[in-house]
Amino acid sequence: MMIFLQKYSVVAILLFCGLAPGLAQDAVDFNRDIRPILSENCFHCHGPDAAQRQGDLRLDDRDGAYRVIQPKQRASSELFQRICSADDEQVMPPRDSNRTLTAAQIELLGRWIDQGAVWGDHWSWTPIVSPPVPVVESTADWPVRNPIDAFVRRRLAEKGLSPSREAEKSVLIRRVTLDLTGLPPAPDDVDAFLHDDSADAFDKVIDRLLETPAYGERMAWEWLDAARYADSNGYQGDSDRTMWPWRDWVVDAFNRNLPYDQFTIWQLAGDQLPDATFEQKLATGFCRNHMINGEGGRIAEENRVDYVMDMAETTGTLWMGLTFNCCRCHDHKFDALSQKDYYSLFAFFNQTPVRGDGGSGQTAPVLAAPTAAEKQALEKHEATSRDLQERLAGRDRELQQMQPEWEKTRLAALTDRATWEALTATSLKADFQNLQQGSDRIIQASGVNPANDSYLIIAAPVGPQITALRLDVLRHASHTQGGLSRSDSGNFVLTEIEVTRLLDGQSTPVKIASAEATFEQGDLRVARAFDGNAGTGWAVYEGRPVDRDHSAVFRFEQPLEMPPGSQLQIRLRHDSVHVSHNIGRFLLSVSDRPDAGLNSESGDAIRVALMTPIADRTAEQRQQLQEAHRAEDAHRKTLIAEKTAAEEQVKSLNSSVAKVMVMEETRESRTTFLLNRGLYTNPGDAVTASVPGSLPPLPDGAAANRLELARWLVSDANPLTARVVVNRFWQQIFGIGLVKTANDFGVQGEMPIQEDLLNWLAYDFRSSGWDVKKLLKTIVLSHVYRQSSIVLPQVLDVDPENRLLARAPRYRLPSWMLRDQALAVSGLLSSRQGGPSVNVYQPAGVWEDATFGRRTYNQDHGESLYRRSLYVFWRRIIGPTVFFDNSPRQTCTVGVYRTNTPLHALQTFNDVTYVEAARVLAQRLLTTGVTTEQGRLKVLFRTVAAREPSALESQILLAGLQRSLSEFRQDPDAATRLISTGEFSRDLSIDAVEHAAWTSLCLAVLNLDEVLTKQ
Amino acid sequence: MNPFHQNRLHIARRELFRGASAGIGLPALASLLNPQGVQAEQGAGDVLPGIPRFAPKAKRIIWLFQNGAPTHVDLFDYKPRLKELHGQPLPAGYADGKRFSTMTGQADGKLMLANVEPFRQRGESGAWVSDFLPYTAAIADKLCFVKSMHTEAVNHAPAIQFQLSGSELPGRPTIGAWLTYGLGSETESLPAFVVMTSITKDTSCGQIFYDFYWGSGFLPSKYQGVKFRGTGDPVLYMSNPNGMSRSMKRGWMDDLARINELNLQQYGDPEIATRIAQYEMAFRMQSSVPELTDLSGETQQTLDMYGPGVLEPGTFAHNCLLARRLVERGTRFVQLMHGGWDQHNSLTTELYNQCRDTDQSSAALVRDLEQRGLLEDTLVIWGGEFGRTPFIQGDINNRPRWGRDHHPYAFTVWMAGGGIRPGLSYGASDDLGINAVENRVHVHDLQATLLHQMGIDHEKLTWKFQGRQFRLTDVHGHVVRDILS
Repeated sequence: MMIFLQKYSVVAILLFCGLAPGLAQDAVDFNRDIRPILSENCFHCHGPDAAQRQGDLRLDDRDGAYRVIQPKQRASSELFQRICSADDEQVMPPRDSNRTLTAAQIELLGRWIDQGAVWGDHWSWTPIVSPPVPVVESTADWPVRNPIDAFVRRRLAEKGLSPSREAEKSVLIRRVTLDLTGLPPAPDDVDAFLHDDSADAFDKVIDRLLETPAYGERMAWEWLDAARYADSNGYQGDSDRTMWPWRDWVVDAFNRNLPYDQFTIWQLAGDQLPDATFEQKLATGFCRNHMINGEGGRIAEENRVDYVMDMAETTGTLWMGLTFNCCRCHDHKFDALSQKDYYSLFAFFNQTPVRGDGGSGQTAPVLAAPTAAEKQALEKHEATSRDLQERLAGRDRELQQMQPEWEKTRLAALTDRATWEALTATSLKADFQNLQQGSDRIIQASGVNPANDSYLIIAAPVGPQITALRLDVLRHASHTQGGLSRSDSGNFVLTEIEVTRLLDGQSTPVKIASAEATFEQGDLRVARAFDGNAGTGWAVYEGRPVDRDHSAVFRFEQPLEMPPGSQLQIRLRHDSVHVSHNIGRFLLSVSDRPDAGLNSESGDAIRVALMTPIADRTAEQRQQLQEAHRAEDAHRKTLIAEKTAAEEQVKSLNSSVAKVMVMEETRESRTTFLLNRGLYTNPGDAVTASVPGSLPPLPDGAAANRLELARWLVSDANPLTARVVVNRFWQQIFGIGLVKTANDFGVQGEMPIQEDLLNWLAYDFRSSGWDVKKLLKTIVLSHVYRQSSIVLPQVLDVDPENRLLARAPRYRLPSWMLRDQALAVSGLLSSRQGGPSVNVYQPAGVWEDATFGRRTYNQDHGESLYRRSLYVFWRRIIGPTVFFDNSPRQTCTVGVYRTNTPLHALQTFNDVTYVEAARVLAQRLLTTGVTTEQGRLKVLFRTVAAREPSALESQILLAGLQRSLSEFRQDPDAATRLISTGEFSRDLSIDAVEHAAWTSLCLAVLNLDEVLTKQ
Repeated sequence: MNPFHQNRLHIARRELFRGASAGIGLPALASLLNPQGVQAEQGAGDVLPGIPRFAPKAKRIIWLFQNGAPTHVDLFDYKPRLKELHGQPLPAGYADGKRFSTMTGQADGKLMLANVEPFRQRGESGAWVSDFLPYTAAIADKLCFVKSMHTEAVNHAPAIQFQLSGSELPGRPTIGAWLTYGLGSETESLPAFVVMTSITKDTSCGQIFYDFYWGSGFLPSKYQGVKFRGTGDPVLYMSNPNGMSRSMKRGWMDDLARINELNLQQYGDPEIATRIAQYEMAFRMQSSVPELTDLSGETQQTLDMYGPGVLEPGTFAHNCLLARRLVERGTRFVQLMHGGWDQHNSLTTELYNQCRDTDQSSAALVRDLEQRGLLEDTLVIWGGEFGRTPFIQGDINNRPRWGRDHHPYAFTVWMAGGGIRPGLSYGASDDLGINAVENRVHVHDLQATLLHQMGIDHEKLTWKFQGRQFRLTDVHGHVVRDILS
């Protein structure tokens, strides 16, 4: 290890010297040389943040700075005097600021003042103009294929460097195929390119790749990272969501080359486009990819504000390259962004009906996105349902005619007893609240609103026997939103109901055998109210504000005898962790009938109606009788059952159809406030939706809504979007952006390494109609892209990060692409596109460990195991372990993660994903008809590395093969175990020992640095 | 090498590391397994921001993090007045306008709840520890109790993240990542920052162990904690493919290295050299991790000391013993997280299980480290993300369902070893245990103190991100010098 260290040390020393300001003769450039020094050392106290500003001096604008600068006279400039001062009280930056200027920086500032202290606007804020393309000589070795080459060549020449020659064709085709499709080239494609001597051979390859469906799948990955796409909500509950139709839309948008301005507008505001299409609405799922917090005890509004902040900040990063999140709490320390700017941007996204409670992965508004098959099935069941509806109407007409006869029969059979008799309390008591019974025998709770309460009701009997107890829970204006209780939602939780008979000083508990209720909320079933467990109970929240009364009937195990002198005692407990979910208003009744149920509720009314002479009946009574008649009709019951079944089918289909959370505007606009310290509880002044004040304004007359914001982002007036977007595509190809800080184009971000190249690309991209395929083609057609990636020592010394591009980049493939590559070369890769995400191989217990067993990993089987990485289910709290160095998909990420650790080596050698790929690849090699070891090795190399092995490589690997063969011959059982890895079927005709030895060889080759790398 | 060169080398190398973080593919020399990283340069002058010249008191930290928030007034913070006011409403002036979780809402009118088990003064120091924790009580003289902790958030995940990373929101590096970044590693074959999790079985609460609790935030991902799992391979993908022997793997590793060398000669990319080295380290880890988790060499006496469950992977006792074995082998930061302390309605039931599962092995770890001479420079810290309300959550008449809600305004942690004064009870909450009032210690102060003991000035260990220099303690934090020995 020390050897490597020393080698880099030498590099590092040279690097350091190379970077030290050696520009004594050069003109000082404000943006390049001066602003970074001021920003890093001065802006914290003398910058845009008014609240932090010291001495009323700001150095981030020209007028402010000129108060302490005398152009051309460093000696009389106070700024210069203060930075040179030896006086501890005077010197700037102050001693305790942890910041110091180097002698070189001080000299640079001095020279800048001497040269006239020319001020400049921050580069990324200036309009994008197309710079003149430098004229450089095109040679056979270093052709100038397009302006990219001209810009890069000029810059290299300034540094005394030359570009590299074009890479070998086999290297080139593997590189470009990986870059544009995320997959390695097939050996036939390699051959075709190698044998194509025409001048536009490479153009043809590019055109072919841009038209494969794999292109969109490849391009989608970085956008999913940026858009924080995942298949679950994140946080504690981490419920699943079904945003994958949006993911498929992204793939499709890239494949059909949707212009980037439309790509932008649809995702930010597709719903607001005139006559918005399904697709345009679907695209707005982008905004809703943020995490959702379903943790108990969280405050809904706090969550909602978090979501809106996430939408605003994601937009700020992805289109403006600005670190807006700094301004949640205060004005930006470095950039001309105020806290007001932040909340003005926030305001655009604050007009959605999205709520912060519930934690559902399908929080409204949602858009149902059925597949074609689902659509067809839905239509079928809906037609059945309509047909049955008609037949039902016909039956009702028949029943209408039979009505008088039925009434006659019923009247004759009338008994004189009602089903339910309401109880009159003789004692009424709650632990905390005040209970009062009215003359209608309804009981109302009032007074304090405790977290929990328990009611005790004692009532005199109404008859000699009781079979069931009925509880009607009633709405009241004094309850929350006129609901059933004074809890936050108007819902209640009855955790326990206890019935006791009191007789002669003796209490006999009454056992409840069964119960039914008008509604049961999920697991809060009515049976939970008499299970002896105070931690469970019955509740009725139906996912919308409470809009009806509810009832439950509790049937006793044995009819309860109520001799004279006995009383009935009922205790209603509310011990839920949900605060104040205490029933607010209720009626208790009992019945002596064995069949007493919920539906007997209108029994009394029917009796009264029948006994009323026909002429005297009210309309309501007539209707009650009609309904009672219908309810008894068997034929009608059958029709209803069939119709219900069809409707259930529709319902279940509808509920299984993916619902994508999308954007909508609220009907009534919500006022947005600046939130002090970013706290939702601490609103300051009201703000209106607008774009940052230091950038060009929205056009005159434009509405302040998301659509206009999106249009403004992609307008010619906007200096940021095209630069930021082009930079990200550049980063995707070259591994590092022209601006390294892809998420920060502000003054603390990096200046572009080649500003005119970035401007040229941005201008060209925008003028092309935001044509992404054209941009990529321009980039990969350039000589810069086509160079060899061989690292020359003299270049490494001067430019260790390869920012100047004297060679092509050389990087380890992202982990998702490594997986796709392994599947592709083994022939396992599925070409199926889109659809719900899949669970591929993962070591046992990963989800279970992370969630205490609440989430069970159900691995898929068969073809699903071999879908592209794009389709692997992303559980937000614990991403798929098959990937490493990826964005965790929690918030917007545009950076590149690329580390080199032993853990990765363990994964690509030991993970069943790779071992299985190696074993299936070996199976292919052993069954293709090539019989020599040397020949098979050639096929292997052509498949995974797009080239043939060298003699030395062959020698090493075939010796390794022999070693493995002899070891497996000693232990054939081990051989069988190795080739049984993974679920793909094994070709049993192949000798196990040979298959295993080749498997081990293939696994080693898949782990070659060259294979792991785009080189 | 002359000092000037060494100085230059050092700065330049740090620049390289930073570059690597942004993805330019330079070798990750300060990798989690690389002892030759930044640490090797220590003492090379004043070049490393945050690595001062004074010798650190602690070389390692073991954080026994108790997720869910242990109830300070039932375990460590004895308040006789709670008994006097038992069942009485919260007196005015204690919690006016304070924010509680939505389960409590307003504190007004809440009834006070006495400690469930009696307290006693322990050892020569006379520290108060309740009967819930007999083993901890027995080592009270070795511990420093900080009884005036306070924090910001009222919900678990933000409060845990705040304590571990200095920010309530995910995205900042956690303390283990900061330390690994600042100090490098002392082991060639084990990660420098290891995390293990456990939970009391059948507990009714279940906060999730989010991976950002040991994340590296904006620091390069090589600094994030490596989570050892309680089932299967302790480290994912540690086992060779089924059927491939270690000797066969060795052979292929050598072949791989030779061919990669050929590629290095052709391409000259330093990254290839790093890859060769990392594959070699991976191979070493494959033997060092099983050796670490093989407890067959531990004496029965040691195993008994940690208590039942010590041999069962995934238990807190097992993890405590592994923590000792890790620090013995050079791991710098061990973060054990034990869930289940969220007694909203189970103070008289599940709290006993919770204490049973953690008390004995926590104390055993301190004793074991001491017996091996490791406690001197290993800092052990025990505590949760906040405390619990001294008033009740639930029905005062329903003892089996007594509970306490989240309480950020006062709680207790204890520390041992690593240059922390033993036998000290520091700071105090008010007479009801509601607000920390005397020698208040904020979470940022605790973080500053931990870094200080590791030889780092918390104001100097920084990373530039989004244009700003970030640090663990944000812009706050004071070293609590009174508790240093």
